[in-house]
Amino acid sequence: MKINKLYVFLLALALVAPTVVYPVFLMKVLCFALFACAFNLLLGFVGLLSFGHAAFLGTGGYVTGYLMLQTGISPELGILAGTACAAVLGGIYGKLAVKREGIYFAMVTLALAQLAFFFYLQAPWTGGEDGLQGVPRGKLLGMIDLSDNMTMYYFVLAIFLFGFWMVHRTVHSPFGQILKAIRENEPRAVSLGYNVNDYKWAAFVISAALAGLAGSTKTLVFQLASLTDVHWHMSGEVVLMTLLGGMGTIFGPLVGAGVVVTIQNYMSGGELGNYIHIIMGVIFIVCVLAFRSGIVGEFQKLVKKNFN
Amino acid sequence: MSADYVLETRNLVKEFKGFTAVDDVNLKVKRGTIHALIGPNGAGKTTVFNLLTKFLTPTTGTILYNGEDITSMKSAAIARKGIVRSFQISAVFPHLTVLENVRIALQRNEGNSFHFWKSEKVLDKLNDRALELLDEVGLRSFANAITVDLPYGSKRALEIATTLALDPEMLLLDEPTQGMGHEDVGVVADLIKKVSANRTILMVEHNLHVVAKLADQITVLQRGAILTEGDYETVSQDPRVREAYMGVEADDEVAQAHAAANAAEKETVE
Repeated sequence: MKINKLYVFLLALALVAPTVVYPVFLMKVLCFALFACAFNLLLGFVGLLSFGHAAFLGTGGYVTGYLMLQTGISPELGILAGTACAAVLGGIYGKLAVKREGIYFAMVTLALAQLAFFFYLQAPWTGGEDGLQGVPRGKLLGMIDLSDNMTMYYFVLAIFLFGFWMVHRTVHSPFGQILKAIRENEPRAVSLGYNVNDYKWAAFVISAALAGLAGSTKTLVFQLASLTDVHWHMSGEVVLMTLLGGMGTIFGPLVGAGVVVTIQNYMSGGELGNYIHIIMGVIFIVCVLAFRSGIVGEFQKLVKKNFN
Repeated sequence: MSADYVLETRNLVKEFKGFTAVDDVNLKVKRGTIHALIGPNGAGKTTVFNLLTKFLTPTTGTILYNGEDITSMKSAAIARKGIVRSFQISAVFPHLTVLENVRIALQRNEGNSFHFWKSEKVLDKLNDRALELLDEVGLRSFANAITVDLPYGSKRALEIATTLALDPEMLLLDEPTQGMGHEDVGVVADLIKKVSANRTILMVEHNLHVVAKLADQITVLQRGAILTEGDYETVSQDPRVREAYMGVEADDEVAQAHAAANAAEKETVE
């Protein structure tokens, strides 16, 4: 009951927010929140640290950007295509990566993501260092013009809610139970007869697809697909967002993405702009040393301690 | 003939580069009994276990399960046949609830383990069966506790409940009471007795009190070969067993220590 009220409240907040806050900023937060949710599905619920998720974000972005620029298809199809390509790439990368564990898993995903980075740098259709610029937002279902930021915001919100629901459903499904079992004790899951690599792979593909969805949406929002999205910095940033917000929690990535994007946006403009990386670094260190379970995780502990 | 024996090995041999760890072992495990495998350190008990569950491949010899040759099967296939083994260290899912631990084993036969689009509420229909299993091992009242909070002995009990969820015909227990205090040893021993109904159990066990209490049949291994077989009375009277375990010289001293330990054990159990 309590959690339902929270959902309704947050939804109401999300609906009125663009009247108060700049909608493009909110859309940025939502895109990164979706990205972090997708990442958290792997890290928080299967225990797999992927260090190459930028590849899926970028793939979604580039594919959607290219299709919107070149073919003029409607945005929902562009996003679907971007998401599908990210899922396929996730299927291939996942197949290779789940054979390894721990740090080796992280290294394999990083190496594969670097391959993707250089591909997007060199490929003739990606615009190299410039990226794809001036991507049109198009008309949703051929009818609703998305060039207005308010309209676009509600479209992005709908996509985010879908992605968020997907993660929530996956975590709380029969499949999710097995994922948690794998996270908790992999050899035991094997001895109970589960072929754990297949489960890890399926989770990887779902996560990659959602990261691609975030990337596709982001490209439409900013009308730009660039190398920033496939750079390994991006893979690192999503780790930061997830840890800061609280890995393995449903709302953690959302909060983490909100905090990180806010800091980046509002500080980089001011006098502190030059120190932005130092500030982020300090926050990260403090978070890892003192607040292991992140903002949402610590908050949940607090509530549990004082109100139960 | 073979219908009486669930598991049989014929001339089982395992060699590691010239060293014979298991030497011509003919083991016969009778249906519905608790069979203990004992012997001094390095006698090859765990190697036999690993051969039976195919964690190791025998050099020569055959393994028969219900009369069927399973020598060439893989570990997972043997598990599906109905021989499930436990491990020396407790194997639970620590941050899931006790009920969820058992449910994960029950879920395997549901065929919905890849269904990421369904609510986990579809698993609730397994709850009754899971609670029954927890009842069997005395953990029903802890169903909603987080597993990591349980004491060690209860975790082993939970592990047994989880294994029972797969409804194996035969259980192979590798040192089920290892690393436990007196109280827990008693609890787990009672539990093994209880779950042995309608099942066959083969166990490796160091604690001779547990063996005395539970085992219908004992096989003593020494240097990879069977030294003797029989019930506890027969085996414990056998001078060769006493020699293998204690050495001839210290016979009296150790026998005294043994008696003292026996008395102490009785006190704690009763």
